[in-house]
Amino acid sequence: MNSKFSFLGYTKGDLFNFIALLAVALVVVPLLVQSEYWYSSILIPWLCLALAAIGQQIVMGYAGQLALGAAGFMAAGAFACFNLILRVPDIPFFVALMLSGLVAAAFGVLFGLPSLRVRGIYLMVATLASQFFIIWMIDKFGWFKNYDTSGIITAQDIVIFGKPFTSPQEMYFVIVVVVTLLTILAINMARGSTGRNWMAVRDMDIAAESMGISLLKTKLQAFAICAFYCGVAGALFAFTYLKSLEPVAFDIKLSFKILFMVILGGLGTINGAFIGAAFILLFPVLLNSIGNNVFHGAIDATIISSIEQVVFGVLIIVFLIYEPLGMAKLWDNIKQRVISKIAPKSEPLKQKKT
Amino acid sequence: MTQGRKFSIGAPILEVNNISLSFGGVKAITGCSFAVLEHEIKAIIGPNGAGKSSMLNCINGIYKPQEGTIALKGKVLEKISPNIIARSGISRTFQNLALFKRMSVLDNILVGRKLHMKSNFLQVGFKMPGARAEEDENREKCEEIVEFLEIKDIRNTPVGNLPYGLQKKVELGRALATEAEVLLLDEPMAGMNVEEKREMCRFILKVNDEIGTTMVLIEHDMGVVMDISDNVVVLDYGKIIADGPPHEVRANQNVIDAYLGVAHD
Repeated sequence: MNSKFSFLGYTKGDLFNFIALLAVALVVVPLLVQSEYWYSSILIPWLCLALAAIGQQIVMGYAGQLALGAAGFMAAGAFACFNLILRVPDIPFFVALMLSGLVAAAFGVLFGLPSLRVRGIYLMVATLASQFFIIWMIDKFGWFKNYDTSGIITAQDIVIFGKPFTSPQEMYFVIVVVVTLLTILAINMARGSTGRNWMAVRDMDIAAESMGISLLKTKLQAFAICAFYCGVAGALFAFTYLKSLEPVAFDIKLSFKILFMVILGGLGTINGAFIGAAFILLFPVLLNSIGNNVFHGAIDATIISSIEQVVFGVLIIVFLIYEPLGMAKLWDNIKQRVISKIAPKSEPLKQKKT
Repeated sequence: MTQGRKFSIGAPILEVNNISLSFGGVKAITGCSFAVLEHEIKAIIGPNGAGKSSMLNCINGIYKPQEGTIALKGKVLEKISPNIIARSGISRTFQNLALFKRMSVLDNILVGRKLHMKSNFLQVGFKMPGARAEEDENREKCEEIVEFLEIKDIRNTPVGNLPYGLQKKVELGRALATEAEVLLLDEPMAGMNVEEKREMCRFILKVNDEIGTTMVLIEHDMGVVMDISDNVVVLDYGKIIADGPPHEVRANQNVIDAYLGVAHD
């Protein structure tokens, strides 16, 4: 009975997770979290970067194309959004956001072209072009920055239906809505025929081609969708977290961060994007607070940030060797173990079902 | 032997005309021509390195022969790539297993349905009614194939974790899912034990019998070849040395020489 239940093709578990997460995001968090620090320094950047990580996940975890340039696409999205709001009068924020995603997607297709010829580590080097080209382009042509010479441009306020969303909590709600919609979209694509095509190309491209999958179309599609997600994420990142637009914010370090999120979170899983983003973002915060509270500042901040680098490096190596499926898999294993402890009888039933 | 078949052997469906393929200075195939008749099981045999797999790769579009043409149902295939060949109704399996290792058995077979699924990524992303109906329909089809191949209990296992024999079955399933008119099977029984081979033969014959799929298969086990094929092509050093029904080929002096080896003067 349980296995037959489905709503739009989702299982009971999916719906339960969805409702629970949405309740946490929209009810529990706003009730419990009052401090602005949490919204503006943790929740907002976490959701923005998780969105970019979903994009990276699609191109790398699903379609298997080693791309490194997510921050470039984020910059394209951020500056596209800035210019759209600046130059198109009365453009609704969500329309501007989606259009900036599309602008980034166009760059995604362009910089995805090398994937048709090169693969693996060589593709990674080729896609770095997006990182450098987009940032260079924004710096070189003053039009993109509206001929601002100060180097830092303040982002416009987010106005939806005439109401400005300026406090961190208000902006958090805007982000939750966008991230929820785009996450559902990504899950649907990943589980449907689109995702199967990506994974087929990832696992064995010759066989995929022999089944009638066009490599050209599938790879470029993955790049475009990746860039779309990164573009939207970049616009949100600039408008809600940075509150300014500066190309330097989207440097190669950010691209690497997003890459690590995906690797640590778990390649080929959507929830891995969220887990990985949370880890990469929270880990430095945690180390800092340990440094401050346990050692009372006895350890120098520079040493802490060096420790951070070392631990990241070690973790990435450990994960690649022992759990290539990342933290998402670890989380699944823990969940399975807990379930089997609480209700050992339901275990075989569950295995049969899934 | 061919009496009482639902689909009797008909006109040529696939014609290979004067194909030559070389890699640099190495000639893999030289001027080969043969025809595959509709609904038949055609075996390609020959010693190691005779060019059997290269031949399938040419038909399938992975290799591009320097000379010659391939015609499907009398129409010469112009632009050849695996993708285009798949669209024109030829599917295949691979010698060294080319499955999607991290995907489940069912998902692997579902990829075979690719050409029957027309929804684009937005329709899939937004779960439009058409896309959902299409997904359900094709899932149903794949469940049927899973049932037919008797691999129902492993349908959700990632194929990378399966033993070799089962992986070969999944690959056959994926090729069947395409509902192609012509199936190219590259050593479908390599590395199998007698039991597994018998089972695979049963599936191949059943598909040929019930759906009428034309099969071109490469096989090394002569017993199997003589038993299930309607016609046999023998390749040696990239050239065809015999083409005909199994009993004729077996008696052919060239074939015997190729397999046993004679001193070439």
